[in-house]
Amino acid sequence: MELLGIWVAALLTLGIFSFLYKDNPVYKICESIFIGVSAGYWAIANFFDALHKKFWIGVFPTDGSDPDYFLWFGALLGVLMLMRLSSKIGWIARWPLAFIVGATAGLYMMLYFVSNAMNQVSSTMRDVIVVNSDTQLIIWGETVGSILIVIGVVSGLVYFFFSKEHKGIFGRTARVGIWFLMITFGAHFGYTVMSRMSLLIGRIDFLFRDWLHLLK
Amino acid sequence: MKVKMLLAVFLLLAICSNSYAQDTTAEGDTTAISVDSLRLPAPPGNLSGRDKPNDHGHAIILDWELSPDDGGGSNSVLRYDIYKWVPQLMLDINLVRDSIIIIQKIIRKTTDGIEEGSQADSMLKVFSKFSKDELFDIRNRLTDHIKAENEGLAEASKSYPENGAWLFIDKKPSGTKTFDHIGSKEFKSKGFVPDYADLYYRVDAVTITGAKASSEIFGPIQSSGQWYNTYRTPVVFSVFLFTILTVFYVMRAKQGADLYVRPLGGIEAVDDAIGRATEMGRPILYVLGLGSAADIATIASFTILGRVAKKVAEYQTELLVPTYDPIVMTVAQEVVKSAYLDAGRPDAYKEDTVHFVTQSQFAYVAAVNGIMLRELPATNVYMGKFFAESLILAETGALAGSIQISGTDEIAQIPFFIVACDYTLIGEELYAASAYLGKDPVLLGSLKAQDYAKAAIIILAVIGVIVAQFDFGHYYVDLFEVVN
Repeated sequence: MELLGIWVAALLTLGIFSFLYKDNPVYKICESIFIGVSAGYWAIANFFDALHKKFWIGVFPTDGSDPDYFLWFGALLGVLMLMRLSSKIGWIARWPLAFIVGATAGLYMMLYFVSNAMNQVSSTMRDVIVVNSDTQLIIWGETVGSILIVIGVVSGLVYFFFSKEHKGIFGRTARVGIWFLMITFGAHFGYTVMSRMSLLIGRIDFLFRDWLHLLK
Repeated sequence: MKVKMLLAVFLLLAICSNSYAQDTTAEGDTTAISVDSLRLPAPPGNLSGRDKPNDHGHAIILDWELSPDDGGGSNSVLRYDIYKWVPQLMLDINLVRDSIIIIQKIIRKTTDGIEEGSQADSMLKVFSKFSKDELFDIRNRLTDHIKAENEGLAEASKSYPENGAWLFIDKKPSGTKTFDHIGSKEFKSKGFVPDYADLYYRVDAVTITGAKASSEIFGPIQSSGQWYNTYRTPVVFSVFLFTILTVFYVMRAKQGADLYVRPLGGIEAVDDAIGRATEMGRPILYVLGLGSAADIATIASFTILGRVAKKVAEYQTELLVPTYDPIVMTVAQEVVKSAYLDAGRPDAYKEDTVHFVTQSQFAYVAAVNGIMLRELPATNVYMGKFFAESLILAETGALAGSIQISGTDEIAQIPFFIVACDYTLIGEELYAASAYLGKDPVLLGSLKAQDYAKAAIIILAVIGVIVAQFDFGHYYVDLFEVVN
């Protein structure tokens, strides 16, 4: 059975890789299997995880704990969502959508305010000139780092200021900001490409080791 | 059968209860150890405690002065053992909790963590004789038992020092002067600490020989939860100011004030791209990403989709919107339908314009790649939350020769869009684009408020740098430290 699994996985891997040449019938078959299996898997997983484990067990607990009556509210929203199947009362489905979007956006607001505003400001507030307390000499590495952080934060924020055209000093500061952004993106790019390479190596390792047994 | 079963369980609990209580008392009895010790260390001094502030309750902070023999003196203290006095009722409840854990293990067919010959092992042997249904029944009855008994804990804790024992909680290395006793709020958990019940603590200084000296006993103290976290007052204040700013600018926008938003390259290109698709007679592919309907990037993307759909309806071009999330699909369908209605072409709207694919990341990518290569869209628009699939999508789109416009607030994915797309909206530009396109007073007003909030952040940060550099007072810097 395990051998069969390895063969199926290997053939599907090669089928997906065939896309590198061009779109072809083998890729289409693999793509359809992938989509079909995943859609079926997630349908069942959501049914058991959300509907059974979270809702049913929650409102009718089997371990003696108190029923969570709030879950009925979620169930009601779910039923309202299904109203969209009817052409006459389909508008009702907008209510649960409005609730989900509004409630989550409200919750995220505080989260983002703390992480994107407060923490950003507090991390920027640092000694720009860092001095060794024993020798009273400037530590140049940390000083340059601190100065870059302050300049990067200020110029980056100026770039994302939309109420004023990027001209004059404002425009030049925004240009410094975009330089900082691009250098950061470059670093991210290199880092992520390396991690993708490791994924590719993992797949090739599977083909050569587990399937073909060419590697020991 | 049920009577027999319960009798067996409670007989077992009664037997174990005695040995358990003896074990616990022995662990906490310092006199037994001190007899064998050559010399006792000096005890920790001035043990005090307080309810942990700004929390959900069930936690106490303890402070003490180091033993004079900690780091000096003749008996160097190795560690501090922290004990809590618990009424016998709590010990009984803990035993029932242990039983439930054993029952769960039998149900799950595992014996991990149970040593042969231990008390848990003997419990395991007794419970193993019951069928699965009987075990479920016992477990439920024991849970009910704990729930009922917990209500008597506050009353039982008043019997101190009678009818109870010292329970070891934790140990801390020498040099430690404080300990946060964070209990569980779940009554089913063994670490449960009841709120509004009298709690008593003591700290023992322990030497390398095992000699112990106890501090004065501290108590009673009670834990309780707070509704308001005072550490977060600056956040509330800032959100309040930001809300005022937003309401002000929204009202100005509604009154017809001309609120300027600088042009965004990527958005200016959308109209041209739709025109190109119309001329070529090819569809437009709009990808909303993998975010949920509540993600800010997805919400911004809905506004842009509305604008694109309206133009598409006007130009009578085909639009394809494959979605990853069923709720996103539902919202997107509403958005597109409204856009067709606004364009005066409700008849042109097709239900399968926006369609669900799958909730598996790479299966979704495979499907969208297939659409790109088979339908050959003239323009691909990627707006929303993207993860590892961003480069795969954008690269395939580039190979198919489509004009590509992207926008995301996922910093790690922006580089891939920049290299593979013709236009990219970076981070917050995506939110600005939705306001810029929609011209909705609410969106424009909030964009203006965000801009001025950014200006305030710059000023506050620069002041903070000056304050930190010249040491003008850390109270200002501390204002922005958000403690969880």
